[in-house]
Amino acid sequence: MDNREQMNIVIVGHVDHGKSTVIGRLLADTDSLPEGKLESVKEFCKKNSRPFEYAFLLDALKDEQSQGITIDTARCFFKTSKRDYIIIDAPGHIEFLKNMVTGASRAEAALLVIDAKEGIKENSKRHGHIVSMLGIKQVVVLVNKMDLVNFDKDVFNNIQAEFTEFLSKINIKPLNFIPISAFNGDNVAEKSKNTFWYEGPTVLEQLDSFINKKENYQLPFRMPVQDIYKFTEGNDDRRIVAGTILSGTIKTGDEVLFLPSQKRSTINSIEGFNVEPRDTAFADEAIGFTLTTQIYIKPGELMVKVNENQPVISSRFRVNIFWVGKAPLVKNKNYKLKIGTMKIGVKLVDILNIIDAAELNIDSFKDQVERHDVAECILETSKPIAFDPISDIEFTGRFVIVDNYEISGGGIILEGVSDSNNTLIEQIKDREYLWEKGLITSRDREEIYGHKSKFVVITTGSEENEEIIRDIGKYLENRLFKMNYKSYYLGVSSLLHGLASNNVSDFEARENQIRQIGELARIFTDAGQIFITSVFNLDDYEANKLKLLNQPHEILIVNIGDSPFNSFKPDANISIEGATKKAVDSVCDLLKQKEIIVDYYI
Amino acid sequence: MNHLDKLEAQSVHILREAYREFKNICMLWSIGKDSTVLLWLARKAFFGHVPIPLVHIDTHFKIPEMIKYRDELALKWKLTMVYGENTEALAQKNTFPDGKVDRITCCQSLKSNALKNTLSGEWNRYVMDHKTGKYVLDTNREQYTGVIVGVRADEEGSRSKERYFSPRDKENDWDVGDQPPEFWNQFKTDFAPGTHIRIHPLLDWTELNIWEYIERENIPITSLYFDQGNGKRYRSLGCYPCTAPVDSSAKNVSEIIEELKSGKFANIAERSGRAQDKDDGGGLETLRRGGYM
Repeated sequence: MDNREQMNIVIVGHVDHGKSTVIGRLLADTDSLPEGKLESVKEFCKKNSRPFEYAFLLDALKDEQSQGITIDTARCFFKTSKRDYIIIDAPGHIEFLKNMVTGASRAEAALLVIDAKEGIKENSKRHGHIVSMLGIKQVVVLVNKMDLVNFDKDVFNNIQAEFTEFLSKINIKPLNFIPISAFNGDNVAEKSKNTFWYEGPTVLEQLDSFINKKENYQLPFRMPVQDIYKFTEGNDDRRIVAGTILSGTIKTGDEVLFLPSQKRSTINSIEGFNVEPRDTAFADEAIGFTLTTQIYIKPGELMVKVNENQPVISSRFRVNIFWVGKAPLVKNKNYKLKIGTMKIGVKLVDILNIIDAAELNIDSFKDQVERHDVAECILETSKPIAFDPISDIEFTGRFVIVDNYEISGGGIILEGVSDSNNTLIEQIKDREYLWEKGLITSRDREEIYGHKSKFVVITTGSEENEEIIRDIGKYLENRLFKMNYKSYYLGVSSLLHGLASNNVSDFEARENQIRQIGELARIFTDAGQIFITSVFNLDDYEANKLKLLNQPHEILIVNIGDSPFNSFKPDANISIEGATKKAVDSVCDLLKQKEIIVDYYI
Repeated sequence: MNHLDKLEAQSVHILREAYREFKNICMLWSIGKDSTVLLWLARKAFFGHVPIPLVHIDTHFKIPEMIKYRDELALKWKLTMVYGENTEALAQKNTFPDGKVDRITCCQSLKSNALKNTLSGEWNRYVMDHKTGKYVLDTNREQYTGVIVGVRADEEGSRSKERYFSPRDKENDWDVGDQPPEFWNQFKTDFAPGTHIRIHPLLDWTELNIWEYIERENIPITSLYFDQGNGKRYRSLGCYPCTAPVDSSAKNVSEIIEELKSGKFANIAERSGRAQDKDDGGGLETLRRGGYM
């Protein structure tokens, strides 16, 4: 098998500036067309009495042929002596911006086509902007249709000067400008005599001079956890953490950390199917590991090495985004953010400025981000997430936003911002301010009921104890009730437990339930009750959230067995060997110590 | 990593995303080389296991060796093997080989329509009982919301427009003019009730890549692709009335690779032996909009 290099190139630019003709030409001039293709297109042209054009080679779809525009990214394959290319034809119409982004995001380099006669147009600029955001560093500008301006050097130079200035504003330094006529073939595969004043490479030579993406072995190790597998078929007892390595290298024995949960373990083995056993894995590999310890981690976490530079963990960050959604991006609406393999609730907190992509005017007065806008904003996720600022590691600083089932925008994280005034605290302040009380105080209730109110949360970090914590909650309610204490148990739906909680998509359900439990606790504790719930694998952020939501009343968090917490300190850690009664006794003792309930007799 | 390693890694990544995101997921297996590579990639992704049911649409006009090969592999690799069919059209002989309808209509009926109703669970599905090797009525009638398909962008024009995760509406229709954006390996995995998503892990593979990978991994492939001694072999597999073998003396995988790289097929379209593509200007696209693979 030969090991020819492959490269993805995207071709962008304003509609009708000749992108498809450039591609058609490249395919034809490098003998990369399958025989059937050229025949069928020529046949089609004859049937419809149209002159044959190179552009038609790509317009394989009927409605494209009727409209004469590229509505989606078409991929074509061609070869030079140096390497194999996939050339992606991105549409120039603004309505199809999301298709252009789709095509461009797969490319190592971009050819930006400008019509010499029409000059720089809105989408020449907009595409330049998005190419920059997508992280494509190698950009070449093809000044096409030079035959229509008599191969005039001045026309070419003016476009070059004007466009270079624009591109420098958005951090793009084009490698080159090439004067071409794709229709006649000037400077595509062959040097043209018509542009005797141009000394640079042809388009093909330029393509071959591009440098392919380097593997990112030198950067710190990053791998979003895609899934945890335990297939029992054929007595397979491996528990495999699977994912695609974005950067760096890893080997067996390396100590690793999962973020944001902060759980630690060590790589025990690197797994694979139909491959030689090995102990090292590299960036870009889709891989699986077993760990030396059985820690409970979820898909969506970011796996990093303990002894390397750590990512940022924050729930607020400053971002650049482009928006392609049908509805605008607005404040105070719940969206879904996808970053790596993590999915999480996100809100637009603030718009710093909106850049009109075409003109680069800065507009700081719009209060929503509209379709095809590019904007700088502050976002807030419902829990802190792990990421790297785009300037450090680009792969872990990119995200998309989902609105109503659709990916509606994408962006890059510039930096984390401090979480001092998060929206939950603001909301609770408002809630408390508006809370209308009756004539009875908490003190009155305590005297009549003979005990204080409390919100008791029972949790565990080990899967074996999932059932047990529910039982403890119920028995505790029962015990307190029989002693004439006002107690109430409310379980969290078992949907969120066990394997089902491995489904990243359930994050919304869990978030809502934590929120509901917290709000209910606020009411129950205000009503003088001892309100009890059991939540499997409560994390630091959720514990703090429950504490906040239950304010001004008190919370008691009890952990049974392995702790799910990283930095949060529960009020008690009770070790049990499956003895529910012992745990109930311990919680009752704790309530007594805290003077919630008075002495009791069993 | 060489180019095959990269293609493999991307396909595995897509398969794992699909498996995590879709509760009711299946993989279409046409018995051809592409979907067999796809099946192999699933074994790669899930460390030797195939935790996803395989669905085959049986038109009853498949080359008999294909069905035999299907069942042998299903037993050997412990696959959850499901098939569906258009029982009614077959009973009434509303087919092209029976002379009642044209090729496109036949494809729509025996393939697209059977596929649609098999995926939705409206028509009977039959699942292999591994104890007997025979098929029994599948009791699971839930709609598959994620459907993994082995289409490649280089096969023909309309497939070059595809996404890795490509939504289909309630009618199985593909809206080629309004597809989800796809970048940075983030895919459309959220979908409205009643709709489903087609997943295409092989989109970036070429015909040559497929054969190179079959050779590298030593994947068992049906012998129909090789010259059986009469100087003919199949380059693309379908129903026997509509699929013609090509003149070729390639007897093994490396000879096929040679043929594609520098030999007689270096510049001839792969589906040139498939008659339904030629019956109208964009035959395959007409079919694909209606849910054809």
